[in-house]
Amino acid sequence: MRVAFSLILLAIVGVGVVLSLSSIPFGSPPMDAGKYYIDSGRTDTGATNIVTSVVVGYRAFDTLGEVTVLFVAAIGLGAILTTGKKNESKKKEELEPASLVLSTGCRFLFPLILLFGAYVFIHGHLTPGGGFQGGAVIASAFLMVYLGCRKKRIRKSWARGTESISGLVFVVTGLTGLAVAGHYFLSNFLPEGTLNSLFSAGIIPIIYIAIGLKVGSELTGVIDNLIEESE
Amino acid sequence: MSFLQSNIYYVGAFGLILTGLLIVLVKHNLIKVIIGLSILDTGVNMFIIAIGYLRNGTAPIFSSPEVESVLMVDPVPQALVLTAIVIGVAVLALALSLSIRLYRHFGTLDLRKIKELKW
Repeated sequence: MRVAFSLILLAIVGVGVVLSLSSIPFGSPPMDAGKYYIDSGRTDTGATNIVTSVVVGYRAFDTLGEVTVLFVAAIGLGAILTTGKKNESKKKEELEPASLVLSTGCRFLFPLILLFGAYVFIHGHLTPGGGFQGGAVIASAFLMVYLGCRKKRIRKSWARGTESISGLVFVVTGLTGLAVAGHYFLSNFLPEGTLNSLFSAGIIPIIYIAIGLKVGSELTGVIDNLIEESE
Repeated sequence: MSFLQSNIYYVGAFGLILTGLLIVLVKHNLIKVIIGLSILDTGVNMFIIAIGYLRNGTAPIFSSPEVESVLMVDPVPQALVLTAIVIGVAVLALALSLSIRLYRHFGTLDLRKIKELKW
């Protein structure tokens, strides 16, 4: 009965979607907004990666909101998992230590993955990638250490400190833009430099580094909370 | 057949969306419902990307001055999905942590059994 109703509902949704999508042909040229960003993104923001120039150039204020959503989700996860926990005597089962190959391998790979994550978010305005992707890569390095070398844990104060400082850098950069350049929040007050060089695009690399550290430390905190819960 | 070939990304994306919706509606286990939500999320992201796609298009990155801007795909959907993926991960983790609390309280993740209890 329930399955039949669900299938009927799905059929209605599917028919509606097909009817509305048949007027949008697949692979048609971009809309006016996209065309404008592609044509003038380089001169407006100085970033060669147009996606980056949209995310932290034109829509930087939106990105601040999205980072805040991520922050609230991470805080909420910590609050949900830690509050109301009965202080029963924890009998911690001694985990069997990982094999030599595994622990050596993850100790060897950990700095390399961190380096790659940092590369991805530092070069966010030049190559594919950026703060969100780099942060996810960094969090995956910490996940690997948690699973491979089971005794190792991050210091929570460090993760929280990195997270707060990078959030603060984002907001302070925006306020400085408002004060110095004086047009709007997060307006570019640094020189744009030459295209395709590392020190270019004004405040975009600064913001993307802040986002990368923030996302990385938040996702690491999420992993930390979930793994602590499972023990 | 040509319809399927020319619209394969739309078909795939909506296949994922409808699959996720079906799982959310039909399944009783909370973990499976969360997996369905995740599949739905992936389908929506893929659909948004497919809207901005251009045939034989390239990434919107001027890695060298010779790159032609005519062939570039729409950057706006990519910028939207970029943040949506990360937020999707965070929301997934939040949902899983809520289900951990539910399991701790009720001892089950079956939604039929949880409904019968008074909150």
